Amino acid sequence: MSALFLNPAHRAWLILMIATGVTWWLGEVGAAGTTAIVALLAIAFAKGRLVILDFMELRGAPLMWRLLLEGWLVVVSSLILLAYWISLK
Amino acid sequence: MTDTSLALDPAEMPSARRLPGDLAIWVFILAEMLAFAVFFASYAFARSKDVEMFNFYQQTLDRNAGAFNTLLLVTGSWFVVLAVQAAHRDDSRAAARRIGLGFLCGAGFLTVKVFEYAAKFGAGISLSTNTFYMFYISLTFFHFMHVILGMVILAILWVKTRQGAYGSRDAHGLESGAAYWHMVDLLWIVLFPLVYVMR
Repeated sequence: MSALFLNPAHRAWLILMIATGVTWWLGEVGAAGTTAIVALLAIAFAKGRLVILDFMELRGAPLMWRLLLEGWLVVVSSLILLAYWISLK
Repeated sequence: MTDTSLALDPAEMPSARRLPGDLAIWVFILAEMLAFAVFFASYAFARSKDVEMFNFYQQTLDRNAGAFNTLLLVTGSWFVVLAVQAAHRDDSRAAARRIGLGFLCGAGFLTVKVFEYAAKFGAGISLSTNTFYMFYISLTFFHFMHVILGMVILAILWVKTRQGAYGSRDAHGLESGAAYWHMVDLLWIVLFPLVYVMR
């Protein structure tokens, strides 16, 4: 049981599974609009970050590489948010 | 004492910041991610021009299949990071077994996707049906090809790991292939909510 918390990969896997369930559920209940989009993007961002830090194991990598990958997440989420914001106007 | 320090991943040791795998694979990964970023943004902006049409056809997608495929890729990625950890402990047998399990998750993903495509193509949907399906088919197929490439890489890593090519002294090749596999996972984590859920 303690291994679950000691190994960041186990923790990341568990959170990723639950977060995927939440995304699926938001689809099931037909969540739409600004709040839903922000929530879905926030979940995708958090999931992506776990993959980058705990699966790709960039937590201990030179800062530049960590920032490049995390920066990609920021840019992609921002562009999607911008496009959806335009569509809501 | 010695055992503890050996069991530590070099990346976790203080003042030993290192990039897993080879520099070249990370440059390649960034180039791939850039291409997908352009693709994702194109989808989002194309949608903003015709929201109702995109929302309408999005409802025809199999969200259960998409979510299940996310679970498969996440689990496949998890097996592969555990394989890298096993290689760092010089446990090639466990490493190879986990790479094999990661490969099976990829195969599961492709199977689900093939059924999904069969249902869509069977309904007469094609790239030229409308802008939404053009994006849905091309985006997911572009990603599909990356899953296949990732699985080819895993197959090579499986053979080499069984031969004992990777260990605590050098696991660069394994780490490089693993990084690519995680990228395939990362891309789907954005693609699934974007194309299947967001409305």
